Amino acid sequence: MFSRAYKVAITVPPLLWVIALLLLPYALLLCYSFWSVSAQQEIIHAWNLDNYRQLFRVHVYLQTLFRSMWIAARVMIFSLLLGYPLAYFLSFHAGRRKDFLYQLVIIPLWVSYLVRAYAWKTILGSDGVLNTLLQYVHLTRHPAEFLLYSPFAVVLTLTHIYTPFAILPIFASLEHIPRNLIEASHDLGASSWQTFLRVVLPLSLPGVLAGATFAFVLSLGDFLAPLLLGGPSGIMISNIVVSLFGAAYNWPLGAAISLCMLVLILGLLFLSESLEKKWAFR
Amino acid sequence: MNVAKGTNPETQLAMTAPPTNPPDASLLIISKIAKSFGKKPVLRDISLSVAEGEFLTILGESGSGKTTLLRIIAGFENADAGEILMAGENLIRLPPCKRRVNTVFQQYALFPHLSVSENVGYGLRVANLSKAEIRTRVDEALAMVKMGAYANSKPSKISGGQQQRVALARALVNRPRLLLLDEPLSALDASLRRDMQQELKSLQREIGISFVFVTHDQEEAMVMSDRIALLRQGELEQVASPRDIYNHPATSYTAQFIGHTNLLRADVKDGIARCGLLSWPVNLADGPAVFSVRPENIRDVTDARSDAISFRGKVLNQAFHGATDLLRVQANDGLIFVIRLASGKGLSSESEFVFSASDAVAVRDSAQPNVEREG
Repeated sequence: MFSRAYKVAITVPPLLWVIALLLLPYALLLCYSFWSVSAQQEIIHAWNLDNYRQLFRVHVYLQTLFRSMWIAARVMIFSLLLGYPLAYFLSFHAGRRKDFLYQLVIIPLWVSYLVRAYAWKTILGSDGVLNTLLQYVHLTRHPAEFLLYSPFAVVLTLTHIYTPFAILPIFASLEHIPRNLIEASHDLGASSWQTFLRVVLPLSLPGVLAGATFAFVLSLGDFLAPLLLGGPSGIMISNIVVSLFGAAYNWPLGAAISLCMLVLILGLLFLSESLEKKWAFR
Repeated sequence: MNVAKGTNPETQLAMTAPPTNPPDASLLIISKIAKSFGKKPVLRDISLSVAEGEFLTILGESGSGKTTLLRIIAGFENADAGEILMAGENLIRLPPCKRRVNTVFQQYALFPHLSVSENVGYGLRVANLSKAEIRTRVDEALAMVKMGAYANSKPSKISGGQQQRVALARALVNRPRLLLLDEPLSALDASLRRDMQQELKSLQREIGISFVFVTHDQEEAMVMSDRIALLRQGELEQVASPRDIYNHPATSYTAQFIGHTNLLRADVKDGIARCGLLSWPVNLADGPAVFSVRPENIRDVTDARSDAISFRGKVLNQAFHGATDLLRVQANDGLIFVIRLASGKGLSSESEFVFSASDAVAVRDSAQPNVEREG
């Protein structure tokens, strides 16, 4: 049906793109993860499993990974708790304001990530908006130090940043629920609450799952929020990778951690996708 | 022109005395319902009653307001004015879940995440019935619509006709006093549709609850209903049994919408109606009048009766319809008639046709395009 030249023209560019920008870097990363660094800070191109052994033996790596997952899990839960009601309201009760409110959800995504993270720094800092307010109303006498440079600050900031990513798929799945199903439920005697629990919620689960996956995976790999707001107790796994590729100059170990993260996240995406398929009813 | 309801004796008769029930057995009384969407009125002053055990069809073209009327009865839309009484209780303020009315939706609206039996049991489960009772009643309902074998299937795995049955079972299992059906057969293909019409009708007789059935298909309405309420642009045109509405259409619109007809615009003077070269005696006051003559009531001259009115005409075409042929005939004065004759009659290109004066039914003019005039 299509000419040979046309087929070549549309397949070659993406193929080159995938090879040059995805496959080669990953292959390189894989190679690095089996190499090592000499005392003279030179890469030794000899294959071994030392990096992976070290990853599981040195306490701080696994500990940081688990802390990162715990932060990501909290971000996921708060994003869903905040995002679901908003998405529900948008889809079912916003009426003519639906498009406008939807845009309001989207607009923060256009604002630089850094700006939003710094905004929280000015809010949470010891001279920040929140502490000034707390002292002004005499709730505290000294600035509350736990607000900034803590896992709390990281979770708060990431929740703020990634909640729209939870809202959008939930909103989409709610929009896809045929409205006559809701009428049918009321017609069969169900109250609004029963209708929500028995019809709307189950049918929106694929969207909830997609939103949860977005929030969790994006938070798990985040390194700017912990860098800016996390302090020593809020360090996440990506910060370790960044320092290994930077100041610490241990690319092989950094590559090994990166690959482990990659496998973990691919596993999560695979799980999420298969669950989503199972819950997609059409 | 006056088309207000209640002025027509036939309509009034039909409204207060449906053929099979005494007037006091009305289950549902709709009075003076009005509804507008924005500035556009969709229903005006609708009054209608449904008897206990009656099969009432709301018939109308798309945009006539029939679905809106059904949705007001179900509670999905609020009426701007009017009342709906069911067994003496005013429904208007009740939410849909509090009305003892169930609906079969046009696209069935089965819950895609629930199995067939869970769909049917939905109403019973939200009503907190015991598991055992739910099970018995669901099995009964599925057996009634012959879907027992599919109890564990998901709705997406069964055919349209089967989904239709499940939707019916899901509504009936709650033992409503009134079942509303919103064009439930429109998504089915023709032969399945005819089967379902029969089945639905006999099911309704069997369980004896009232059905309010919405359709745009006049044949479907004729086959299934005890009474037909014909809705036109938000107003009731006529309410009567299928036989009455066919044989005694109140208006020219009704006559044209239900079956084929010939509309004759005549002038009445001194008890004689004249239309072109035709004339016949009538019992009407002087002035313009419109008459409806059904195609099957016009015969070729061989079986003429004594009170026959005859005319000569050219056969323009003759279409085969199985048992009958449908002819288009141009009379000598230019009027075009549609005539239905037994199939296979060989007619010369110009023949004589007759109809009797009693088959020319006087109808109120609905200001619709009527008899075509050629030239």
